[in-house]
Amino acid sequence: MIRANAICKSFAGKQVLSGIDLDIKPGMIFGLLGPSGAGKTTLIKIITGQLGFDSGDVTVFGKNVSDLTGTDKKQIGIMMDDHGVYDRLSCTDNLKIFADIYGIPHSKIISALEEVGLKDAAKKPAMKLSKGMRARLQLARVFMVSPKILFLDEPTSGLDPMTMKYIHKLIQNRKAAGCTIFLTTHNMEEATELCDEVALLNDGKIVDRGNPSEICRRYNHRKAISIHLKTGEDIRLPDGIESADKISSLLKQGKVETIHSSEPTLETVFIELTGRKLENDAEARYA
Amino acid sequence: MRNVAVIIRKQLKDTLKNKTVLIQFIMFPVMTLIMENAISVPDMPELFFTKLFSVMYMGMAPLTSVASIISEEKEKNTLRVLMMANVKPWEYLAGVGIYVWMLCMAGAGIMATGLPASVIPFYLGVMAVGIAISVAMGACIGVFSPNQMVATSLFMPVMMVFSFAPMLAMFNDKIEKVAGIFYTQQLKILINQMSFDGIKPSAVLTVAVNAALALLLFFAAFRKKGLE
Ligand SMILES: Nc1ncnc2c1ncn2[C@@H]1O[C@H](COP(=O)(O)OP(=O)(O)O)[C@@H](O)[C@H]1O
Ligand SMILES: [Mg+2]
Repeated sequence: MIRANAICKSFAGKQVLSGIDLDIKPGMIFGLLGPSGAGKTTLIKIITGQLGFDSGDVTVFGKNVSDLTGTDKKQIGIMMDDHGVYDRLSCTDNLKIFADIYGIPHSKIISALEEVGLKDAAKKPAMKLSKGMRARLQLARVFMVSPKILFLDEPTSGLDPMTMKYIHKLIQNRKAAGCTIFLTTHNMEEATELCDEVALLNDGKIVDRGNPSEICRRYNHRKAISIHLKTGEDIRLPDGIESADKISSLLKQGKVETIHSSEPTLETVFIELTGRKLENDAEARYA
Repeated sequence: MRNVAVIIRKQLKDTLKNKTVLIQFIMFPVMTLIMENAISVPDMPELFFTKLFSVMYMGMAPLTSVASIISEEKEKNTLRVLMMANVKPWEYLAGVGIYVWMLCMAGAGIMATGLPASVIPFYLGVMAVGIAISVAMGACIGVFSPNQMVATSLFMPVMMVFSFAPMLAMFNDKIEKVAGIFYTQQLKILINQMSFDGIKPSAVLTVAVNAALALLLFFAAFRKKGLE
C-alpha cells in the first residue's frame, strides 16, 4: 500500500531523514513512534507528496507520489498536526466547504459528524468547541471523504485521556471498515494499544520495527526487577541469578517496601535503544 | 472553476459572521446615504459626500479585506488544508478577489443611488477599475504577510495613503501634486467631473502604471512566498 525505499531528506545541510524504508500492508494500523523533532511530520509530508526529498523512492497504491492522479488523492485522507478549522463557521459549514471541493453529497456531512460524536454540536461555531471536539471535527473532515489510506500526524497530541480513548476507538472503526492507517505519535502506550506495526524513529533513522508486543518480547532479556526500599530509595536490578544474593540480603534486612519485575514496554525499549525518553521531549516542547 | 465558487460561498458565509470585515464593506455606503440625505450646506459642491466617500471606499475596503482574509487563513492554518484538498493557489486567490470585488461593487451600487441615472454606468465603471487595483494591492500584502499582525502593519499605511491623499489634496496644492501619482487621486478627478471629457493621457497612464505595479508586486510576492 505504502512503500518507501532509502528516503533521505535534509534541510539546509541538516540531515533530517537518513535512509528510511517502509512497507505498509493494506488494512493495518502503522505507527511511527519517535520523540519530537525525530522527523515524523517530515516523513508524512514526503509520503503524501507535500514535500520533495533528496534521494530514495516512495510509492503509494503502487505509484510514485508525483504520479498520483486527482482520483488517487481523493482516496488519501490527511490530518496534519498544524491543520486549522474555520473558527467562525459552524461544524457543518466547515465540512460543507470540503464536501463541495471533493464533490461529496451533503448527506455525508451529517454521517461524518455523527461518526465522531459531534452531531449535537453541528451548528456550533468551531471557535466554541473544546480542544477535543476540534480534533474530532478535523477527523470528521478526513473521514467524510472515505479515504482508503489515512495519514494522521499526532492525532491525540495534547488531548485528555478520555478524548484520546474516544479517538482510538474511531481509528479502530476505520480500520474495521478496511482503511489503512499511518499515524505518528510520541505516546508509546498509544502505539502499543493501537498499532499492528510500529517503527521507532530516532534522529532520522528507524532503530527498530515490528509488532509492538513482539518488540517488547525481543527485549525481554532486559527484564528488570524494581525494588522500592523503606528508605524511599528505588533500585533496579537485572532479572537473573547475579541479583539473587543482593535481593535476598535486602529482604533479610527487612529493607524492602515493594518488589516487582518489570516487563519492557515500548518506552523502555526506546530508552534502551536511544538513551532518550519519548515523552519528556514532548513535554519540553509544550513547556 | 467549481473551487472558485466554493471559496466565494465560504467567504460570503464567513463575512456575515465577521463583524470587523463586514463593517469595512458597509460603513462608507451607509455613511454616504446618511450624509447625502441629512446634510445640506449652502455652496457645498453637488454630491460632495458621495464623491469623497466613494474614493475612500475604493482605496480602503478592498485592500484591507483581501489582505485580512488571506493573512488570517495563513495564520489559522486553514489555507494549507485547502491546498491539501487540491485547491490551486490561483483558484483560491481568484475566489477571494472576485468575492471582495463583487461585494465592493454592491457597496458602490448603494452609493450610486444618489447619482443621476445617466452617470451611473460611468461611475460604476470607474469604481470597478479602482476596486480591482485595490484588490490586487491587498492580495499582494496578504500573500506577503505570514499573519494578520504583519498584514495590518503593512496595509494601514498603504491604505491611508491611497484613501486619504485624495481628500487632503482638496485642501493643499502641494499634496495634490504628490497625490496625482496615485490611482485613487486620478479616479477621484474622473468621479468629480463624472465624464471622460478633457481627460489627460497622463491620467490614464498613471492609473495603468498603478495597476501594472500592483500586479507586478503581487506576482513578485507570490513567487517569493507562494501561499505558504
Ligand atoms: N521546513 C523546514 N526547514 C528546516 N528544518 C525543518 C523544516 N521542517 C522540519 N525541519 C527540522 O526537521 C526536524 C524534524 O522535524 P519534524 O519532522 O517536524 O519532527 P517531528 O514531526 O518528529 O516532531 C526538526 O529538527 C526540524 O527542526
Ligand atoms: Mg510533528
